[in-house]
Amino acid sequence: MTESRMKNKVMSVDDVVGRLKDGMTIGVGGWGSRRKPMALVRAICRSDLEDLTVVSYGGPDVGLLCASGKVKKLVYAFVSLDSIPLEPLFRAARETASVEVEEWDEGMFQTGLRAAAQRLPFLPMRAGLGSDVMTYNPHLRTVTSPYDDGEDLVAVPALKLDAALVHMNRADAHGNAQYLGPDPYFDDLFCLAADQRFVSTERIVDTAGLTVDAPVQTLLLNRLMVDGVVETPNGAHFTTCVPDYGRDERFQKAYATAAADPATWAEFEKRFLAGTEQDYQDAVATFHDEQTQQKGER
Amino acid sequence: MDATRAEVCAAACADLFEGDGEVMASPMGLLPTLGARLAKLTHSPDLLITDGESLILGGVPPLGEGTDVVEGWIPFRKVFDVVAYGRRHVVMGATQVDRHGNQNISCIGDFAKPRRQLLGVRGAPGNTVNNKTSYWVPKHSPRVFVEQVDMVSGVGRQRAERAGPAATRFHNVHRVVSNLGVLDFGGPDHTLRLVSVHPGVTVEEVLAAGACEVVVEGVVPETRMPTMEELVLVREVLDPKSLRDREVPAS
Repeated sequence: MTESRMKNKVMSVDDVVGRLKDGMTIGVGGWGSRRKPMALVRAICRSDLEDLTVVSYGGPDVGLLCASGKVKKLVYAFVSLDSIPLEPLFRAARETASVEVEEWDEGMFQTGLRAAAQRLPFLPMRAGLGSDVMTYNPHLRTVTSPYDDGEDLVAVPALKLDAALVHMNRADAHGNAQYLGPDPYFDDLFCLAADQRFVSTERIVDTAGLTVDAPVQTLLLNRLMVDGVVETPNGAHFTTCVPDYGRDERFQKAYATAAADPATWAEFEKRFLAGTEQDYQDAVATFHDEQTQQKGER
Repeated sequence: MDATRAEVCAAACADLFEGDGEVMASPMGLLPTLGARLAKLTHSPDLLITDGESLILGGVPPLGEGTDVVEGWIPFRKVFDVVAYGRRHVVMGATQVDRHGNQNISCIGDFAKPRRQLLGVRGAPGNTVNNKTSYWVPKHSPRVFVEQVDMVSGVGRQRAERAGPAATRFHNVHRVVSNLGVLDFGGPDHTLRLVSVHPGVTVEEVLAAGACEVVVEGVVPETRMPTMEELVLVREVLDPKSLRDREVPAS
């Protein structure tokens, strides 16, 4: 069979972290508090890695990585928890100036990834012109159209990544992966912009299983775009990973509330983030049991 | 039938879209969303409205609800296509806006170490140089209407002109609707001008509620009252739970 001769790319969360190095530029897929590879992010937070440059349509991935001291520099257009507009740990990092930043327009960000994916030095666009994105990123240049219009456009530089981390609903062992929710976000571009590409997924299935109940258009990533596949059930928690699960709003609220104050944050870290991924998932289950009991007692 | 201030604002937000035709309405926040849906049910039936995520809605559901009919798919990557294509009217919030029409949703204070970090510039730079843009300010105050914004996210006309023809070619910052009135950038050199004051608000109150100069030409009219049809649509169909009153309390 040809299938059995193809590379098996299944690995563990720790294998992925082991492939990352200090100082790397790491792209994180998803968007805000949506389909984020949180199990991989939590593993990085537990690791010895440091001085990372993180490139993200930011959500709690950015907040957690900042709070755990992993981040030297952030490249982002926004950081938000969606149902809670502001990310408290990102705010703290910014308001204490503890990380370097490049703040870009959302569309520029996509264009930068696309330039990297196409192995181009830059791609032109209008976004950024006249805004303070150009002021506070003085390395950004404009380029003059060589055609009759002569327009001066932003030359969005390639956002090249050393590694990309994305989370998909399902994948096979070879790196073919699919999203089953409403939006692919930019996870394919993150992979194409990166030297090493890692996919965490709710479940690993046979290749045939990918399309048994879903259209082929859901196959966002094919295996030439992926180096490693990790099965991490509930691995996007607490961000949304529909249709497998929605955002855990109750937990996200507890996270945001705790993160607003260093004392309560230390408590939250100790309870949820000090152990392994399994410890985290167990602690989340206990959290929900307690919430349900409290509700019942009222 | 008396309309509340929130209902006046809803109609003013709806009027932002009048004449836009077959474009994608991208309202950020509650009153702009109510306004876009009201516009679609009244003078602008060709508007495309979305669930704010990835679906173009075939019907016009109440706030916070979905619809049975979906007419299209618009994930973020396709939103960016529409931004660049230009057939879009976005109504963004503004933590700060200045007399030149620059808007800020990024941070307050020095960018290097902000006093208060907000969302980030999001899509504001791209929106303003590519498609029609309006702003919604639920609480008109000197903290919002400032002489100069701290971090230019959305680009006003003067800055666009300084950036060159590529920035002005499709630049169209249309209006600002606040809880006190409607403003545009029809003053000298495209500066902030008072278009109308909401019923019950005086010109002096609007001027006192901002920290930047606002051009006043002659007698400023009142913002129109919602029609009976609009009031029924807002109260019975689009916002039966009166969510609008939380954003703009009755004055």
